[in-house]
Amino acid sequence: MLRLLLARLGQAALVMLAVSAVSFGMFRFVGDPVAALSRENATIAEKAELREQLGLDRPVVVQFAGFLSRIVRGDFGISFRNQRPVATLIAERLPATLELVLVATLLSLALGIPLGVLCALKPDRVAARLVQAVSLIGISTPTFVTGIVLILTFAVTLGLLPSFGRGETVQIGPWSTGLLTLSGLKALILPSITLALYQLTLIMRLVRSELIDVLSSDYIRFARARGLSARHIHFTLALRNALMPVITVTGLQIGSLIAFAIVTETVFQWPGMGLLFIQAVSFSDVPVMAAYLLFVGLLFVVINTAVDLLYALVDPRLRVRA
Amino acid sequence: MAASLSRRLRRVPLSVWLAGLMAVVIVAAAALAPLIAPFDPTDLTSFNLIDAELPPRFSPDGDPRFLLGTDNQGRDLLSAMLYGARVSILIGGGAVMVAAVVGVGLGLIAGYFGGWVDAAIMRFGDIILSFPTILLALLVAGVARMLFPAASSAEWAPFILIGAIAIHEWVQYARTVRAATMVESARDYVRAVKVIGLPSRQIMLRHILPNVMGPVLVIATINLAAAVLTEATLSFLGVGMPPTYPSLGTLIRIGNEFVFSGVWWIALFPALLLVLLVLGVNIVGDWLRDLFNPKLRGRG
Repeated sequence: MLRLLLARLGQAALVMLAVSAVSFGMFRFVGDPVAALSRENATIAEKAELREQLGLDRPVVVQFAGFLSRIVRGDFGISFRNQRPVATLIAERLPATLELVLVATLLSLALGIPLGVLCALKPDRVAARLVQAVSLIGISTPTFVTGIVLILTFAVTLGLLPSFGRGETVQIGPWSTGLLTLSGLKALILPSITLALYQLTLIMRLVRSELIDVLSSDYIRFARARGLSARHIHFTLALRNALMPVITVTGLQIGSLIAFAIVTETVFQWPGMGLLFIQAVSFSDVPVMAAYLLFVGLLFVVINTAVDLLYALVDPRLRVRA
Repeated sequence: MAASLSRRLRRVPLSVWLAGLMAVVIVAAAALAPLIAPFDPTDLTSFNLIDAELPPRFSPDGDPRFLLGTDNQGRDLLSAMLYGARVSILIGGGAVMVAAVVGVGLGLIAGYFGGWVDAAIMRFGDIILSFPTILLALLVAGVARMLFPAASSAEWAPFILIGAIAIHEWVQYARTVRAATMVESARDYVRAVKVIGLPSRQIMLRHILPNVMGPVLVIATINLAAAVLTEATLSFLGVGMPPTYPSLGTLIRIGNEFVFSGVWWIALFPALLLVLLVLGVNIVGDWLRDLFNPKLRGRG
């Protein structure tokens, strides 16, 4: 177990090192940092001085080490566009994205599990077939199209819900939440539905296929032979086992959902990290792009490593490989 | 197996026929766009700003010249959509081809040689796969734009997009082909050609490759839909095709700016075409995947 733990942590550290190398590469080689930071008509001497100040005249390896020690201390540099520390910018935007992702995940689970069960247990009912057909359309519809259609229907035509921004937010310490005000909650409805629909199809299809798999296994057949009630078999014995992978996938998907929120946040002008990132891409704001990459990379590595280790903890068979 | 496969092929469900037909019609219309489109949206002399934002012909103040209305520059929307679908399909198809060639090649090498070569290729793939497609594609497209200012031009953007999409997709091919290659490498016929002393390259390409191609075609079909969607998303986010040479995603991006003023058609018609195209390819891809899935064989 200890060996597995060390191997997994080592792998995670290696991936993070690779991600920081890419991030450093962007800083150092994409665009000229000196040109970006100095005033327009700076003399050659001034530029050389700045170059020395920034340490750009030292060997690349030394520069990379300096970069690593800075990011470990939480210093991601200054945004080219806003002239503010990148760490502050991300910290400000983080609550908006996390609230959106959390609400979307809960929504997709609350809808996806019952629909998946319906499709697995009563595959020939009209409702189940309808759900299956709609789910295929759901997979084929890009998030931004769903968002635009929802805006057109509920914001432009019916005028019921706001279509951009977060509404009023309440500041609790460093965290600004939109969950406590009416306008905040109203503003959350359309974006979270849009993001949840992307996830919903996946959860529904997964619940369906897992449940079908479990229902054809031996222990369920024996339970049937024992004469247990269908209700007990389906919901107590089968569903519990079928939901294990669903929970894992939902956990793993949180990272993707944060990344995918870029699209939803763009459609709804939701002031989260995704919008920050896409603005950084269109303004060539390298420090923000690099920091976002590092942040999402860290998130993915932490989630993947945690899931792997938890699995090894739960399932002894996995401890042998490593 | 061959017999059961051909029997199953004869029982293609109606929905798959219709979906396939829909996809083929859209692809054909896109391919023939210069012949069937009423206007050429890339020809600056063919449209006029006076015609901008005209609603579709069937609405009360529609213009008979423009079946689906016009966009913000006065371009005929139907023509722009046909040309846009062409761009989307070419980029999606290009990305699938690049990803398949790279992935199949690396998968063959990893599966055939094994050892550290295998470990290096597959670990690299693992790292790539741990990031979502859209994030990697955005980074690649964004960095490319910063390094070469020409990257956002109509000539270069398609190649940047193909690279940005393929950088994530090749791993799937590599994984599948690697597993299949490992199985084939242990078979007698491969051992026999090794004994004859054929060079590795020839064994891989001439003898193993034809036997591992089946699943590759299925992945390619499903990935075509995904690649078209990724391209549309990138263009929608503003790092894809420029407005002068729009793909479907660019058209939706343009339309999105006018949604609030009640101009719904610029966004909705291209979106509808995109969804229909992807839906058609997805249904066919799903069916193909089930056809090749041994677990589902015999269930009808």
